[in-house]
Amino acid sequence: MHMIVVGISHKTAPVEIREKLAVPESRLGEALSRLCAYPGVKEGLLLSTCNRVEVYAIVEDIEPGYGRVQEFLADTHLSLSSEQLTPHLYWHAGDRAIAHLFRVAASLDSMIVGESQILGQLKDAFEVALCHKTSGLLLNKIVKKAISVAKRVRTETKIAETAVSVSYAAVELAKKIFSNLKDQTVLLVGAGEMAKLAARHLISNGVRQVRITTRNAHHAIELAQRFNGTPIPFDDYRTELASADIVLVSTGAAHYLVSAEDVHRAVKQRMNRPMFLIDISVPRNIEPAVRDIDNAFLFDIDDLQLRVEQNREERLHEAEKAEQLVVDEVGVLRQWLKSLEVTPTIVALRNRTEDIKRSELDKAFARLNHLSNDDRQAVESMASAMINKIVHGTMVTLKAEASGSEGVGFVEAARRFFSLDEGSSGNERTEDRRSSAGNDLSSSESNSEETPRRREPRVRTGATGRIGDRGDDPLSGEDL
Amino acid sequence: MSALLFMVTMGLYFVGTIGFLAYLVRRSEWLSKISLGVTSLGFVTHTVALVMRMVGIERSVVPTFHEALSFFSWMLILVFLAVEFRRQIHVFGSFIVPLALVSLVSAAALPVENVSTFQPVFKTLWVHVTLSMLGTVGFAVAFVAGLMYLIQDGLLKSKRFNVLYTKLPALDYLDHLNQQAMILGFPLLTLGIITGAFSAEIVRGSYVSWNPEQTWALVTWVFYFVVLMGRLTVGWRAKRAAYLTIIGFAGVILTLIGVVLKGHGVDS
Repeated sequence: MHMIVVGISHKTAPVEIREKLAVPESRLGEALSRLCAYPGVKEGLLLSTCNRVEVYAIVEDIEPGYGRVQEFLADTHLSLSSEQLTPHLYWHAGDRAIAHLFRVAASLDSMIVGESQILGQLKDAFEVALCHKTSGLLLNKIVKKAISVAKRVRTETKIAETAVSVSYAAVELAKKIFSNLKDQTVLLVGAGEMAKLAARHLISNGVRQVRITTRNAHHAIELAQRFNGTPIPFDDYRTELASADIVLVSTGAAHYLVSAEDVHRAVKQRMNRPMFLIDISVPRNIEPAVRDIDNAFLFDIDDLQLRVEQNREERLHEAEKAEQLVVDEVGVLRQWLKSLEVTPTIVALRNRTEDIKRSELDKAFARLNHLSNDDRQAVESMASAMINKIVHGTMVTLKAEASGSEGVGFVEAARRFFSLDEGSSGNERTEDRRSSAGNDLSSSESNSEETPRRREPRVRTGATGRIGDRGDDPLSGEDL
Repeated sequence: MSALLFMVTMGLYFVGTIGFLAYLVRRSEWLSKISLGVTSLGFVTHTVALVMRMVGIERSVVPTFHEALSFFSWMLILVFLAVEFRRQIHVFGSFIVPLALVSLVSAAALPVENVSTFQPVFKTLWVHVTLSMLGTVGFAVAFVAGLMYLIQDGLLKSKRFNVLYTKLPALDYLDHLNQQAMILGFPLLTLGIITGAFSAEIVRGSYVSWNPEQTWALVTWVFYFVVLMGRLTVGWRAKRAAYLTIIGFAGVILTLIGVVLKGHGVDS
């Protein structure tokens, strides 16, 4: 069993291709059923947003799996041929596929790094896959892990802390002037889109008092209803300045609506309580000389833009920390996936029973020291025979079911019945392999950051079930 | 033993200061956590040192400047820890802890010897010194809040959104802190001055002798009175209050230096 991902994103494909490939929500279920109908595709999840279309699948073999998924993608849109599509596709398998999903979920692969929408979209896609039963034991675990990784990234790094939109930058600045937005009053002059958005952000951050004025009185009343605020006649906005802590101006006027003198008077009336003025209009509506007035803080669109740029850089800085976190989490998941392989499970089972036999024999022999050597051997072989007979059925079943669709479930059951995850010998082995493969992953990830990866000619020789040909394959990190 | 603990405290505050100053320009959050830990440890040793000194002292001893400054430093850290505990404004430590360190180092530079007196003046003197120092702590906090206010105000005005900008709290909180510190500090200083005058009366038979330090102290008091009244009535808040409290604190420091140089803690 292997996890693979095949897809296109804003990094590899222009919007003309992406929009053709995108699957509308109403048709997601049907598409998933079609995907899982391909032979060798065990589980599937389809993530379709405006910036990416990706298929995550659990397949029996990687190469044929890539082929099937590509076929599936080319079939989603009739006017799109496989040749047109191929140059834009990327393929990942095993750890790289898992790491890719983690990065996507944590918004490290997004156009605006750190935006939160993608996580919701992934949850929705997962929900659809669950509904149509195309997500099974493996994808369930991997996607749930991806969601928790995304949450960890959000809480442990500052990737999503800073504002990356002009309207939100206004809120961030307001919080540096007023510690509690709840007690502040906002005056909205004019109804430019960005100002409305900023007002909405301010309200969702606690502002309760909103006053609105526009040249068109009806418009102001309508807006006031929407924001649960108070409409004010346009002629009065100058006198209302003093009662506003935050003033948002965005009109189409070609001259200054708010002069330095107006603000000076307002600050005086406010007994020097600070005022925050945001001018999101071009041409500007607040006289720039307001900057020089004490306790009045004026920001125009360029200032907000500057803040946004800085924050973007900061997010990229934080993203580096998040990348490390993703690498660590892939390692954790790999360990779990490893435990679901048949060979190590059988080895662990053998070791475990051998350990039990050894310790019980030692205890018995300590008491029965009158036994002759022949007697001891007889007792020992009896113990071995008993142990072998007890586990024989389990081993045979595991080997037989390994390549079947339920194989993973059998392995997990066996591990639980025999408490294999508490033993020491088996775990040490996986630990070793984990760390070596982990290095492999991190180095290859950094190389494949921007460019779409060429399809790798790594043809796996055997499915998980084949015992004995795996050994300490350095590429084993690619398998499930 | 108390002298040893005193030195240990000074070392810990020194490390805390370095850490908190580095925190001003570095992004890492663990820097503030380590500095906070070291400073808290310093506070514990400081508390023990102070208690031991108080217990060890003879009954009729005049408070020295060493003790007054050490107590001042201890109170500053106490206020810092309280603010830190309630609001988690780590950057406050970058301003308060260095101030506490400077005060402690000044204390170390002053003699520790006990000056005994047979007059009943020592009791009122202890009250006088304690109250004056508590008042000074209030002004020190107002000073730090004012300083932080001016920095944040400057950064906002010049649109320099640097590391310090992200760490400093909102302007209105700093202004509020400034006001609260003044409101608490002023009555304490007033009481300190009154008890000082009583002590002077007992020692010298007159309440006020109009020597330079006393004059300075009164000037400072009047200054703070005007600032506080201006704030509460005609809106001397925000930037103006920040400037005025910084000037006022400079006055307090000058008074203290004057008294120390004169070498007698009897006057106020």
